[in-house]
Amino acid sequence: MIDRWRIHVVGWLAAALLAAALPAQAATLTIGVLGRADDERLDPRRVELAYLGHPGGPVARAVDVAVKESQFELDAAGLKVKVEAATARDAADARNQLQRLEKSGAVAVVLDLPADWIARAGPAVKVALINAGEPDDTLRAAQCQPNVLHTYPSERMRADALAQTLAARRWSRVLVLHGSGPDDATRLATVQASIKRFGLKPVATRPFKLSADPRERDLANSLLLTANVDYDVIWVVDSDGEFARALPYRISLPRPVVGDGGLFALAWAPNFERFGAPQLARRFQRGIGRPMTDHDWAGWIAAKAILQAALDKALTPAAQLKAFVQPGFTLDGFKGVRLSFRAWDRQLRQPLLLTDGQGVIALAPAEGILHPTNALDTLGADAPEGLCKTR
Amino acid sequence: MFTRRRCRTCALGPLLVASAALASSASVVYAKDTGLAFVSSEKDNAIAMIDVKSLAVAGTIPTCKRPRHMQFLPGATTLMVACGDSNRADLIDVAARKVVGNIPLGDDPEAFDLSPDGKFAYVSNEEEGALNIVDMTSKKIVKSIPVGKEPEGVRAAPDGSRVYVTSEVANMVHVIDPVAGKVLKNIQVGKRPRRFALTADGGELWVTSELGASVSIISTRDLSVTQTINFEIKGMRPDDITPVGLTLARDGKTMFVALGRASHVAFIDVASRKTNHLVLVGKRAWNVALNRDGSRLFVANGLSDDVTVIDVAQAKAIKTIPVGRVPYMVVVDD
Repeated sequence: MIDRWRIHVVGWLAAALLAAALPAQAATLTIGVLGRADDERLDPRRVELAYLGHPGGPVARAVDVAVKESQFELDAAGLKVKVEAATARDAADARNQLQRLEKSGAVAVVLDLPADWIARAGPAVKVALINAGEPDDTLRAAQCQPNVLHTYPSERMRADALAQTLAARRWSRVLVLHGSGPDDATRLATVQASIKRFGLKPVATRPFKLSADPRERDLANSLLLTANVDYDVIWVVDSDGEFARALPYRISLPRPVVGDGGLFALAWAPNFERFGAPQLARRFQRGIGRPMTDHDWAGWIAAKAILQAALDKALTPAAQLKAFVQPGFTLDGFKGVRLSFRAWDRQLRQPLLLTDGQGVIALAPAEGILHPTNALDTLGADAPEGLCKTR
Repeated sequence: MFTRRRCRTCALGPLLVASAALASSASVVYAKDTGLAFVSSEKDNAIAMIDVKSLAVAGTIPTCKRPRHMQFLPGATTLMVACGDSNRADLIDVAARKVVGNIPLGDDPEAFDLSPDGKFAYVSNEEEGALNIVDMTSKKIVKSIPVGKEPEGVRAAPDGSRVYVTSEVANMVHVIDPVAGKVLKNIQVGKRPRRFALTADGGELWVTSELGASVSIISTRDLSVTQTINFEIKGMRPDDITPVGLTLARDGKTMFVALGRASHVAFIDVASRKTNHLVLVGKRAWNVALNRDGSRLFVANGLSDDVTVIDVAQAKAIKTIPVGRVPYMVVVDD
């Protein structure tokens, strides 16, 4: 699989070299990509389960798709692109790898690393780092860094998108179920804040546990977990995904499930039908041989941002970083509106797709949700909150 | 919404006898007075017919899958309909109201234009990222010219020397020499360029940019952008303005531009570039088409599944007609 891909990349580069041989001055643009070594999320058995909101493959593949689709413009501008993909074992290694990529001339680096690695390795370099895989809100707030941008939506953006959707439907009484994984406590707090922000009412909050032990049935049996209380909707927080996947229809009242089961708020869905999305989804499927996930979209748009800045003549790391946050810098993400990086925390503002994995049910911001300047800024941290102090 | 009237089962009216002489304009070809407006709808696999006098749906013509761009062939009795999911165009005899043939167009054809002599079709192929040149006699693809990804709008110059095509991904207008099969020039325009219109003297090529919220005006002499019209409309945010279809008034003085999500059609004075009127239409106003005398403008509304008819002199919508699912384009033959 990986070998086959190398061959494809070499093929594109060869085509790029050939085409770029014609213009007199062919400059080379190096894009860095840094993922995780021995990524457990990409274990074939886990990928096979295809949980929504979980990655479907290495982020470098999405970068390749972006480079390939931009070949015509790159050739016309006399730009050769080199994608330098690396993986890191831990935060210290990530630091070394980033320094190495910076030295080797990468104009920007697309990241798919855990939050604490980004927090610890990011300050070691000046080159723009585009986080395309980590939703952790602290990276956009207390731990925000001047050279770190985010194309993957934050946890809060996703929770706000769901809360808006529930508010628009007037499904206001929410039963919250949550797991006990390492991320679940933080994610639960984010969900509870969104529930409050959009005026929903949490009727009960209950922990669940994956277990078949009859002595633990109060925690493990979803029929019991969802009984003895009335609600309009169940919101499940399950970073792992196994419990939430089996939850819809296995509950005591006939109610919808949202969150990490049932209806998800995601950056992308491969079966999205509007705004030219099928073209992009097909390009990805054809090139990479699997459906385009939300992580893939974030990696793809990160690379598109780098390429677009380069085509606008931002050919150095400093020029790239500056270009991304210019007010006029907008991206076409196949979601029907112009996308841009928020000045206050460098998060890409974007609509989110509400999907059950079979189709896209709705878009957020929900219709009727208003904002003084841009409705997209109703998803996630807004400027006046001042959560990111580093401009 | 749930009781939309469909006319698939309506009895066909008596066939109209084709009689009138052809109008002889270089750029506009009329059919023989069927008195109908034809509407392609992406999700219907059929062309809806609107009776232009009564403004009611007069029936549908089953056709290939995902019909989008339509244009009359010279002689104006045959309507050519490009179907994205069938990789071909159907040829519809508008008097008989049925498909009488087809032409293969390559993968996922979106739009096309014909050479002035009608011998070639220039087709944008979204999936391939190519402009295919189709010989209309042999019905074969004779050339395929690579362009930026997702090409869309196609326009042949009136003298046949050039073909203009937009790329939605490259944000370019490609100027192509159809004889040499070569790209002569790439012109950078606003984001997600869509459709073209030429001014009356042919000196200006207007191209809409859906995500640029703008129209770029290209001088056909220098092949460069001379001006960009940015829509700044009171009460609308720039992000809600997504221009797509456009067409020139019969007197050449006004350009009608559909503003997409903004659900309005702008009447732009060609000389001053000023928007003189904004007419409220249906959701996601897409392509626009005039009737023969230019008194009425038909607007395909992609997200409200209808067509709005505008009285041009009064700049007022007079009727909105439910048609099919996801209407794309209208061709009027009154």
